[in-house]
Amino acid sequence: MSEHQDDQKQTQMKEHLLNKPLSRRDLLRMAGIGGAGLLLGAAGVSGVLEAAGAIKAPENKPNHAGNGGIVDFYGEHQAGITTPSQNFIMFAAFDLVTVSLDDVRVLFQAWTAAAAAVSRGETVQAESGNENLPPADTGEAAGLSPSRTTITFGVGASFFDSRFGLAARRPAALVDMPAFGGDELRPEWCGGDIGVQVCSDDMQVAFHAVRNLARIGRGKVVLRWTQEGFQRTGAADPAGSTPRNLLGFKDGTGNPDVTDNRLMNEVVWAQPEDGTDWMAGGSYMAVRRIRMRIEVWDRSTLADQEQTFGRHRSSGAPLGSANEFDPIDLNAKDDTGKALIPVRSHVALAHGDGSVRILRRSYSYSSGMDNKTGQLDAGLLFICFNRDSRKQFIPLQQKLGQNDALNEYIVHNGSALFACFPGVRQGGYIGETLF
Amino acid sequence: MRTNLKWAAAAIACSVVFTGCSSNNNNSGNANAAQTAAPSADASAPAESVNWTPIIDAYRQYSIGQADTLITETDKFVTAVKSGDMDTAKKLYAPTRMYYERIEPIAEALGDLDPDIDARENDVDAADWRGFHRIEQGLWVNNTTADVTDFADRLLDDTKKLRALMETVDIEPSLLVTGAVGLLNEVSSSKVTGEEERYSHTDLYDFAANVEGAQKIYELLKDDLNKKDADLESKIGTSFDNLNKALDTYKNGDGYVSYTDLKEEDTKKLSQLIDALAEPLSQMGVILGAE
Repeated sequence: MSEHQDDQKQTQMKEHLLNKPLSRRDLLRMAGIGGAGLLLGAAGVSGVLEAAGAIKAPENKPNHAGNGGIVDFYGEHQAGITTPSQNFIMFAAFDLVTVSLDDVRVLFQAWTAAAAAVSRGETVQAESGNENLPPADTGEAAGLSPSRTTITFGVGASFFDSRFGLAARRPAALVDMPAFGGDELRPEWCGGDIGVQVCSDDMQVAFHAVRNLARIGRGKVVLRWTQEGFQRTGAADPAGSTPRNLLGFKDGTGNPDVTDNRLMNEVVWAQPEDGTDWMAGGSYMAVRRIRMRIEVWDRSTLADQEQTFGRHRSSGAPLGSANEFDPIDLNAKDDTGKALIPVRSHVALAHGDGSVRILRRSYSYSSGMDNKTGQLDAGLLFICFNRDSRKQFIPLQQKLGQNDALNEYIVHNGSALFACFPGVRQGGYIGETLF
Repeated sequence: MRTNLKWAAAAIACSVVFTGCSSNNNNSGNANAAQTAAPSADASAPAESVNWTPIIDAYRQYSIGQADTLITETDKFVTAVKSGDMDTAKKLYAPTRMYYERIEPIAEALGDLDPDIDARENDVDAADWRGFHRIEQGLWVNNTTADVTDFADRLLDDTKKLRALMETVDIEPSLLVTGAVGLLNEVSSSKVTGEEERYSHTDLYDFAANVEGAQKIYELLKDDLNKKDADLESKIGTSFDNLNKALDTYKNGDGYVSYTDLKEEDTKKLSQLIDALAEPLSQMGVILGAE
């Protein structure tokens, strides 16, 4: 049995565990752990099993445990980073219009309460019952399940300009993105004082969250840009295989294992010794709106497409290999001595020597049609988390921007980098460590 | 306009809450929505009811004052139209309308007068279309006063009718609370987009007048609001200041620049300032809360 199949089986086991009321005997049998007196609520099951090492959580693959799940807003790290991808995203960048740091703090406190409530599937605030007032919650998510909603907050470099006196607190890692090859950035999809990633298994629930955050912040923040995105849903792909992007290729095969804490500390979480104390346990989120030249791509041959990615379209396997998760061997040659995986292919450049890693959490987007050309405005809302973008995302993208064969088919028209706060403890609020 | 009905419903809801509170022990198992919806903190708070009579009287006086001036100014405008004085007619058009735009919530409560005075093309059947915007089209599109002299006369009549009805109309507290938000909603749905004055592009006059009308209501309610929720009151005050400051930058002499002079980012900024104001303003209903 391959490692991948093994993972799949474990994912299915976990699904089974979460979907079905468990008898205590079931639990012990499946987990293979002994001992009596396990008093666990349904929510506690998977946590304990993971802690016991009995079941490995899926590696950034959707958790198809139904759509009712609650992902706790509170914790050591913000949810929505190593959380398995949900079906939908609504990303929102805000600009602050207040110049008072107190206002910002109060806003973050109100957002914390709202985000925690929405994550639990509750309304953002209790209703007053006063018929002469607009309802406190906008209501479109009433009765809907929590849908594994996560809300992840970060701040952009502009947050540290002269307005709030926080310039000295700006992390060195929160750089202005350099110009990359293939950039055709449009101001309407760039930057923002605050970035909020809302992911959910239900688009209406995600929209509800963004809408209510914007409403709560009215007068203090304005929306700068938003982008919705999707992946295949759990219902469409119960096996939870690697999602495909709109070019038809599997995207995210090489992601690091999010259950490996040591690896996550290396790749994703900012560490105390990184130089910015308030960011310890946080992460840097790079967001890129990448339009795909869909029409052009659709006219290119299968061989071209596979040479461009360096993978087989159908299986996702590296060129010359059979299985998706087969190791990438950039030295492999064909009979004529030519590299099996072209040196300018996306995989060859992105993989490199394997030393630079990021955690990708991308979604496809479709935003109707470009009215000027009549072509589809569709592509990838690329999101990745990393511990220090100067050492991870930026050098990677510089390499890709200059050489990637894929550049013929894509254009980057949006870009932003946010410092995502460490997690919030109960009673605390987002950004607390910074203020 | 459903405002009166709405207020009646709210009044009933409040009285139900009252009843529920005075006998709450007997009703503790009752799942009546109106009762359970009222938060206990409000229900047990000491009743400090707003004395609406002076507030409503003051608003009526204000509205009548605006309506009076609307008649005299419309008279001048109509005279210019009928005498074929295109320049004067065009100059008077936008400032005249402001007296109407300030008191639109009350005008809207008066049956068909609002469409008669203020309908835009396609808002009503072509055969019924009259009022300011009909004349606006004549002046700016057809470039003549000749076609619209008839409409000018009817406009003057309609403003007089408005003034007469204002004496008798019942002004309910909820009309004030919702009317202020309504004025800003008008701004954000048609004025800030340049749809209201599609021929003359004098939208910023209407914009300013709607804001002034809303601010008048806020000022009348300010003291009571402050007692009930000082934070909300100051938030609204600040938001009015921010909006007025921004609006001032588009002043041109006694009036405002043409809508066509606005850039996309101007429109966006004004629109966001309106949203920032209208959100706390929509909370003014707290002073009608269960007391």
